[in-house]
This record gives sequence, C-alpha cells and structure tokens, in this order.
Amino acid sequence: MGNVFVSLLYGFNFYLFGLIAIASALLFVTRKSPVAAALWLVNVMFCLAALYVMLDAQFIGAIQVLVYAGAIMVVFLFVVMLLNLGRGDADSDMRGSVGRIAAGAVGLALLAEVMVLARSRFPEELTLRAAQGLAPVDVTAGVIGPIAGPLFNEYLLAFELTSILLLTAIVGAVLIGKKRVTDAR
Amino acid sequence: MLAESLALSALLFTIGVIGVLTRRNAIILFMCVELMLNAVNLSFVALSKLHGVGGQVFVIFVMSVAAAEAAVGLAIIIAIFRHRQSVNLEDINLLKG
Repeated sequence: MGNVFVSLLYGFNFYLFGLIAIASALLFVTRKSPVAAALWLVNVMFCLAALYVMLDAQFIGAIQVLVYAGAIMVVFLFVVMLLNLGRGDADSDMRGSVGRIAAGAVGLALLAEVMVLARSRFPEELTLRAAQGLAPVDVTAGVIGPIAGPLFNEYLLAFELTSILLLTAIVGAVLIGKKRVTDAR
Repeated sequence: MLAESLALSALLFTIGVIGVLTRRNAIILFMCVELMLNAVNLSFVALSKLHGVGGQVFVIFVMSVAAAEAAVGLAIIIAIFRHRQSVNLEDINLLKG
C-alpha cells in the first residue's frame, strides 16, 4: 500500500516537473525581452535538476543548480544588463512568417524522426544493452563517490583536457572581451 | 521513467532548435544552445540509470564545455556589440556577398 502510494507520487511529480519544463521552454523561446527569456530558462534548469534527483543523480542535480542556474545564467543576465538590452527592441527579433514556418517544419521533422527512432527496432549490434556484470552502486560511497571513481580513473585524460579547455576559455574570453590597449598607446 | 525522460529530452531539444531558427537576438540564440545541451544531459542521466554511472561523468564534461562556450561566446558578443551597437544577427553581415 505504502509502496504504491510512493510510486504514484513519484510518477505524479515526474510528469509535473516535465510539464513545467516544457511550458517554461516554450515561454522561453517566445519571450521578446532577453531578461524574461533568461529567467524562464532558469526555470527549465531547476525543473531538470529536480528530474535529475528523481533519476538517482543527486550530485548532477546539485551541480545543475550551482553551475547552470547559478553561474552560466548569471553570466548571460550580466551580459544582457551590461549591454543594456533588457527591455528588448521595440519590434520583436522574431524572424518573419517564412522563418517561423521553416522552423516549425524543421522542428516537426526532428520530432517525428526522434519518435520513429524511439519506436523502431535496431539490429542487435546497435542496441545498448544494460551492462551485465556492473558492480552495484556502493551505498557507503555516498552520492559523489560512484561518480568520482570513474572520473579520476578511466576518464582522467579527458578530465585533464577539460581543465586545459577551461584555462584556454578564460584566457580567450579576457583577450576578446578587453578593450584594445595598443591603439590607445 | 526512461521512455518519458527520453521523450522530454527530445521535446526540449526540438524547442531549442526552433528557438535557434526563429530568433535573431544573438544572446537568446546562445541560450537556446544551452537548452539543447541540457536536453542531451537529461538523456545521459536517464540512460545512466540503466548503463552505469559513465553517463553522469559525461554530463559533468558537457557542463564544463558549456561553461567555457558561454564565456567565450559572450565575450565575442560583447566585442561585436562594441563595433556594431547591436546584437541582432541581421546587422552582423560583414561576410554577406
């Protein structure tokens, strides 16, 4: 009885957050003002964080809130306000009716493609099988431990490359963003 | 909940593509790309429940790449704004024949 109630509640919350995410995403692409669009996108990211937690990825959920909703979106809002674009233009930046119809057609085609792929049967070699002898998640390792293990062992090279990428991005962003000092000299 | 997650991921990705195709504001375009990255992250997390924790490790990589992309992209937008006083993509037509 209690188990059925929990699973019902789980399903209800899953669909609730999913619907909020879709509605927020639709509002996000239709808002004229960049600030309103950014705040709706933050809402999408919070809903996705809730879904990550429900999918047993609590650490990813926390990182989603910290990095995406907290850091990346703040950078976006900062740039919007730095360039003083908050009110949006007098006329909308939407493309004309041709562009909208083209976008709708491409979107429908993409969605149909994904749905067909989801329903079709693949040859045996192409299907993803659930890993057979996968070690059960070690509960004593907590939430972060199971992710940290592969991150610092199997994916160590990718991890180091990512840090080089971030360093390059920092240097590049500063170099592109700063005013030219050579002209003023 | 795997099928629902993948369907939601596909929907969010499609909304992101529609946003990229319909908007002219460069900053909103970047945000649409972030939405698409998020949609893919949802697929990774949903599949990691079935196929081991590697998917979640990949999500961390995607997030750091997204952060780097946002920083560099927004710096480029600021540099363009300094020249053109606009972030409208129609005004950035230097290479247009």
